[in-house]
Amino acid sequence: MWKYLLKRFLLMFPTLLGVAVLIFFLMRVVPGDVVEIRMSGDRGAVSEEILQQERVRFGLDRPVWEQFLTWLWGAVRLDFGTSMWTGAPIGEEIKLRFALSMQVAIMATLVAVLLAIPLGVISALKQDTWVDYVVRVFSIAGLATPSFWLGIVFILLLLIVFKWLPPMVYTPFWVDPWQNFLQLIWPALAVGYRYSAVATRMTRSAMLEVLREDYIRTARAKGLIEKLVLSRHALKNAMLPVLAVVALEFAFLLGGLVVTEQVFNLNGLGLLFVQAVAQRDYTLIQALVLIVSGFFIVVNFAVDILYAWLDPRIRFR
Amino acid sequence: MAIERATERLGELDGAPARPWVDAARDFVRRRPLGAVGAAVVLLMLVVALLANLLTPYNPVAVDFAAMLAPPSASHWLGTDAFGRDVLARLIYGSRTALFVGFGAAFFGATVGAVLGVGSAYFGGRVDLYVQRVMDVFLSFPLIILALAIVAILGNNLPNLITAITIPMIPRCALVIRASALSIREMPYIDAARAAGFGHGRIILRHMLPNVMAPYLILLTAFLGQAILLEASLSFLGLGVQEPTAAWGLMLRGAAVEFAEAAPWMAIFPGLAISLAVFAFNLFGDSLRDALDPRLRTQ
Repeated sequence: MWKYLLKRFLLMFPTLLGVAVLIFFLMRVVPGDVVEIRMSGDRGAVSEEILQQERVRFGLDRPVWEQFLTWLWGAVRLDFGTSMWTGAPIGEEIKLRFALSMQVAIMATLVAVLLAIPLGVISALKQDTWVDYVVRVFSIAGLATPSFWLGIVFILLLLIVFKWLPPMVYTPFWVDPWQNFLQLIWPALAVGYRYSAVATRMTRSAMLEVLREDYIRTARAKGLIEKLVLSRHALKNAMLPVLAVVALEFAFLLGGLVVTEQVFNLNGLGLLFVQAVAQRDYTLIQALVLIVSGFFIVVNFAVDILYAWLDPRIRFR
Repeated sequence: MAIERATERLGELDGAPARPWVDAARDFVRRRPLGAVGAAVVLLMLVVALLANLLTPYNPVAVDFAAMLAPPSASHWLGTDAFGRDVLARLIYGSRTALFVGFGAAFFGATVGAVLGVGSAYFGGRVDLYVQRVMDVFLSFPLIILALAIVAILGNNLPNLITAITIPMIPRCALVIRASALSIREMPYIDAARAAGFGHGRIILRHMLPNVMAPYLILLTAFLGQAILLEASLSFLGLGVQEPTAAWGLMLRGAAVEFAEAAPWMAIFPGLAISLAVFAFNLFGDSLRDALDPRLRTQ
């Protein structure tokens, strides 16, 4: 197993490097000069001198490979340079918002799991009955509903039915957990419902597969009550692929929150990213993409470790 | 049940079906009612998009300050928006945008992905390894993040929007197609083609690509739903389709949220349209997968 893990660990680096190379050079194929594009928005005519000054400020006058190495070395030390738009250090900007996005992502994942596992199990137990169909339609609908629209509908319903709006000003968890919960539960529900769809299907198919195994028949044959058969024998084994799916979705969630943060006016990584794209703040985009995909790659690796640890077939290989 | 199905099959065997497509469609409707519902909605959408100018008397971009934020009524069935534009007309014309971007992105994404996947499987060895590594890199970007980054680079007009949605689809398709192409490569007829001295291009295009048609079609329909959703998201963020073009995501932006309480029709209907369209494509795609994938057919 150690050999497998080591190999898996080492494979992570070429991918990370690939991501860094790709995003860096993508930002360099921008038609025209980054500085020119940025300045042209200001007042029209800008003197060549100022343009040159700006280029020097961002190090754009140096050879591309040198720029890349400088940037990469900075990124390794979590120093992503300064924003092209505000001039603020990017590391600070991101640090402020990371916790918020992370919290919503965790809450949304919890919502997804709490929805997916019971629904998936019921759907599998009642295969091909109306219950199964309702659950399947519910989960396919989750995949089809844009979570930002669901967010708007939530706000609308709260407003019309309860004459109440979730707080719009962010309260950190450690200041007032209840206020914080009241604000963040709605985006978590909207996103969680969407993300529960895949997990529900996975739970259903994994349960269906496990329930056909010999050891389930054995457990039933020896007279074990159905509840124990399901919880101790079936569910425990069916959870393995579900866990992997949920973890991978969690890894993508950090980026997937982009649109929903807009609706709830949450100043997280997603909102920052949209602003960066709208303002063509290339250094900020570079940093954010690297962080989000780096996070995905690391979580992906963590899932593999977890899998290896939980599945004795891999653990003892 | 099984015997019944078997005899049904026997009945189908005597006398070759005169119109195989019609029979296949009838079979699909009977066996997969949910998929048929999806297909019906998809067809409806196509008809609506084609006949948009016949279905509504209103111009989707015509501003009418006399009828701002009008609630649903006999003249404006689904009400009007903050510029007095008819919501129904914008929904109807919006289906054109959704289908155009959806079909464009899904088609290019699935096709380029299929060619890459088949090529990667056919050549194997080092080519395969490098292509896979590059795909791995692309796969570690969340869909919308990559699309947004591309919008930032290219700027947002319609062709660029389609490109931005296409590129994240390619590696997802290449991955699946490669897996099925790997088994096809080992087939005797590929050896035969090679022995007959056919070139790589001919073998890939004429012998391998047609045999990955089933996963290709499945991916195409799955991507369609995703592409429509992605276009709506980007337009909602203001980084996709631009005003005054009618697009569902765009309709949910700005005023729809500001006036949500006073004019909820502005926020409700475009979202329903997006959900219904994507839902229909997903239902249809799922059933198509069940019907075309031989491994799932027995279930």
